[in-house]
Amino acid sequence: MRSSRRARFVHFLLLAVVAAFALFPLLWMLSVSLMAPGEASQFPPPMLPDKPGLSAYSSLFETTGITRYFLNSLLIATLGTALSLAFNTTAGYAFAKLRFTGRDRIFQLLLPALVIPAQVTMLPLFLMLKEIGLINSFAGVLVPVTASIFGIFLVRQYALSVPNELLEAARIDGASEWRIFLQIVLPTLTPIIITLALFTFLGVWNDFMWPLIILTDQEKYTLPVAIAALSREHVQDNELMMAGSVLTVLPVLLLFLVLQRYYMHGLMAGSVKG
Amino acid sequence: MTRRAQTGWAFAGPALAMLTIFFFVPVLLAFLLSLTDFDLYALADFSDLRFVGFGNYSELFNTPLFWKALSNTFYFVIVGVPLSIGLSLGAALLLHGLTAKLAGFFRTALFAPVVTTLVAVAVIWRYLLHTRYGMINYGLESLGIDPVDWLGDPDWAMPAIIFFAVWKNFGYNMVILLAGLQTIPSDLYEAARIDGANRWQQFRHVTLPGLAPMLLLVSILTMAGYFQLFAEPYVMTQGGPVESTVSVLYFMYEQGFKWWNLGVASAVAFILFLIIFALTLIQYHFASKRGAA
Repeated sequence: MRSSRRARFVHFLLLAVVAAFALFPLLWMLSVSLMAPGEASQFPPPMLPDKPGLSAYSSLFETTGITRYFLNSLLIATLGTALSLAFNTTAGYAFAKLRFTGRDRIFQLLLPALVIPAQVTMLPLFLMLKEIGLINSFAGVLVPVTASIFGIFLVRQYALSVPNELLEAARIDGASEWRIFLQIVLPTLTPIIITLALFTFLGVWNDFMWPLIILTDQEKYTLPVAIAALSREHVQDNELMMAGSVLTVLPVLLLFLVLQRYYMHGLMAGSVKG
Repeated sequence: MTRRAQTGWAFAGPALAMLTIFFFVPVLLAFLLSLTDFDLYALADFSDLRFVGFGNYSELFNTPLFWKALSNTFYFVIVGVPLSIGLSLGAALLLHGLTAKLAGFFRTALFAPVVTTLVAVAVIWRYLLHTRYGMINYGLESLGIDPVDWLGDPDWAMPAIIFFAVWKNFGYNMVILLAGLQTIPSDLYEAARIDGANRWQQFRHVTLPGLAPMLLLVSILTMAGYFQLFAEPYVMTQGGPVESTVSVLYFMYEQGFKWWNLGVASAVAFILFLIIFALTLIQYHFASKRGAA
């Protein structure tokens, strides 16, 4: 496309403005987290720390018990990812490649259910988990994460492209169905497994409302629940809160940067689901 | 059953069982629960539970705070969704003309807020919006504008939350719309230019129609997401000031898990579901009439 120098200048100027809008809050969070106590509570607000230091981080670790919340989040997100992969890759493969009674009808019933907001299930789910004693447990947090319609759909679309001849050849050789799944199907599904793992991990790590409801004991809090509680206690302590935000956001941001290609694939696949 | 059919159920069964027990059954139970007076007493002893028909619904329609929550949420959706999609579209257009390498860099930068943890970035924004030493008021002051009590003024709290929400999620739709832009054949633009169409006319008659299916999809997804407003008011304003940021889900959370009125809260959840469902159908119907879907 031909464009004049001025048009190109305006184009890059607008890009820079939008990029600054997107990144400034994140960069400033990092900057404030490195300030000395009280440094951020003045006017005009400082852009950069006078003497960058880790005092906010050390008081975060010493006074708030953040290590515990971080490990809780890590454990829950990791377990949730493992469970989601176990349930959804098997089901996605079955819906793509195995024939069983009612398969297509069930699949057609699953898709419209994507419009049901998860919050509708939260109240009855809370009562059900109370009956079986899973309130205030990691298992309770994980229950709605295990099987997901989105996950099944994502894997199924990808598994459709696994060649049938490959599966038939293995069956003729006498391989069991589990062996075919583990040794032939799973390796070909690797990219979509990474995508699903990434989506689940980020989803569980970032989730707020359900852990807030189900976790009553402070010891069991995940990072978002703990950050929300801390932000009510430490309203004035900006450096500390920004350090807590950095610690919460950084792991998912890094994961996204490393695995961005897989993330975008899932996003596009998810967006054609409607 | 043949061996294959058994295998099929063995592979799909566990996931379907989990979905049934922990998703489909709770959806049905939510509706039943909304027809009962389930409260703190019933929580202690199920025999206190009574069937009240649509009593919870009629009670809600007589509760001023419920109407306030509905209107706050509609405000958030009606202003926030077009703003968000507009910015997504603008950003996608800016990225579209770039070389692959530059587009990749900017796409990552603009997408970053989407993957961040909502609660953590809400804390950042609460600080950015601080009346006395927030960066936003500082920026306004240097333009000669008086400081605004963003999260403390009932007129400004919701706009501030909308501003934050748009920042958080515009990158998502930007990526979808960018992919849509790349599917519009360049000869269409060529033909429009030969016919003497200027940039605006090209946008109006080539870009927008080409993006129509994607815009429909993006607006349905965004609208459904925006109706689920919860963490922002929870962290930034706790529903205040003077209930100006109480959203439907915030109201549901307080009814359900603060006052333990689980019957009423279920009715709230169901009304929210029906609203989202109805608006999705309307949008879809409206778009398919115009040939977009």
